[in-house]
Amino acid sequence: MPTDSEVILGILNNSDTVLRRLYVAYFPMVLQLIVNNNGTADDAKDIYQEAIIVLYNKVKAGNFELSSKLKTFIYSVCRRLWLKRLAQMNRYGGDVHDFQDFLPAEEEDIDQHSERDIQFGKMKNSLALLGEPCKTIIEDFYINDRSMQDICEKFGYTNADNAKTQKYKCLQRLKKLFFQQK
Amino acid sequence: MMTNNQLTEAIERYLSGQMDKEELARFDELRRQDADIDMKIAEHQQFLGILKQYRERIELVDRLNAIHAEIDVHELVEEMTSHPSWVVRMWRQHHSKISVAASIAIFAMLATMFFTGYFGGQPKYRELREEIGRVKQSTAQLNLKTNALQRQINGSPKKHMLPGNYKGSGFALSSDGYIVTNYHVIGSRYDSVYVQTASGDSYRVKVVYTEPQYDVAILKIDDSSFKGLPALPYSFKKSKSDLGERVYTIGYSEGDSPVVDQGYLSSANGYQGDSAAYRVSIPVNPGNSGGPLVNSKGSIIGIVSGKQTQTEGASYAVKTGYLYKALQNVPQDSLSDKVTMSNKNTLSNLNRVQQIKKLQNFVFMVRVY
Repeated sequence: MPTDSEVILGILNNSDTVLRRLYVAYFPMVLQLIVNNNGTADDAKDIYQEAIIVLYNKVKAGNFELSSKLKTFIYSVCRRLWLKRLAQMNRYGGDVHDFQDFLPAEEEDIDQHSERDIQFGKMKNSLALLGEPCKTIIEDFYINDRSMQDICEKFGYTNADNAKTQKYKCLQRLKKLFFQQK
Repeated sequence: MMTNNQLTEAIERYLSGQMDKEELARFDELRRQDADIDMKIAEHQQFLGILKQYRERIELVDRLNAIHAEIDVHELVEEMTSHPSWVVRMWRQHHSKISVAASIAIFAMLATMFFTGYFGGQPKYRELREEIGRVKQSTAQLNLKTNALQRQINGSPKKHMLPGNYKGSGFALSSDGYIVTNYHVIGSRYDSVYVQTASGDSYRVKVVYTEPQYDVAILKIDDSSFKGLPALPYSFKKSKSDLGERVYTIGYSEGDSPVVDQGYLSSANGYQGDSAAYRVSIPVNPGNSGGPLVNSKGSIIGIVSGKQTQTEGASYAVKTGYLYKALQNVPQDSLSDKVTMSNKNTLSNLNRVQQIKKLQNFVFMVRVY
């Protein structure tokens, strides 16, 4: 089991090994919480990954202070997320069987997280609506960091200017799609 | 002025720090002066930020999924869920639904038991006795039919009856041949009216009086072959009957033999609150119209009067009180002699089967031509 400061350093350094050790270390705890409270193993996976993402973003943003044990933090976030999910599914029976200590509320982190999730959902939809070849051009340039030259060759544009014009048109449409969504 | 694309390109270069000093200064100046451009830069920056974070998120989820794939989740679940059995889990997950379903089931069961008369406390042997009674009755009917047939063969030729245009039931008011039925059985446009007894004898009748308001019609047997009836075994109950009282009726709803149906009084008022009628819960058919509604003591409490087809199990019966009223309204000169309604009841101490055996001789099929 990695120490808490090891994990934080590892996240900041984008270490794959630390992420793996972190994931493996606390997954059984969360699985236990979810499957004993009306959930399935798949639910546990979703909830746990969301909590890791919350932690990850918090650490990356530089505002993570280790005021409690990392284990408690992860458990509390998962507990909160699961209660929310249960309420959405109308399966919340009124009490949760707990297996760990937990912090009363991580509302702020979770709200931030769900807000971001909503925006990513919009982005995913917008990209899907954009259609080809725009989607690939945007993904190649802005997501996969491919050069304009590569894109030019891939799509058979005669010169880089044409490709650029096409790219900006695509970006314009993507923006429009994104900001139009509610 | 720059085109949209040129502006976007400039913004991108500005944000990624690809501008040289001179250009940067010019663009900064432009940004300060033009609020619109400033806003566009902010928007572009925000949008690319989301796009970048989106890319990072996809990468992270991919990494997490890859790690997850290495964990044997199934084994972990097995280890953890050894404690509660599936029954307990099922209960925990669905206890509210199960409770609701169970209470509905119990309610439905009680309701069914109530409506089928389970709480009426009728002992089983009674049903058996009725069963035997029915067998006896059918034998008796067979005898009557044979007799009628014999009589037909031995001369005294009876008129051969065609089935009428309308068919209903009626029952005797007095032993000298007054019969009551529903007004709607007779209607206003009839050619001739006949009544037929359970034994197959048919008599011509004249319509003495009709009271469409209460749906009552009074007939009198006007046939030379009519020899009068024995004394009536039943009485007419003038007072109100109680809800829930068990009642039955005899009528010609099917074929030439009387049919008995039972039920209970379900409301003191009839169709759409009609105070002249009772509502009864009895399965009746059109041919039952005009038949007697009899309580367990053998008193007549009403005249079965048509069925409200929209409501399943609801039938109506004109109250006996309105029969009296109708009789009072009959102009005296249209009666050859005063109607004397029986007030002696010889049925009260008999059981249902014996009551019916006596009663059926006073119930007639009414045929209208």
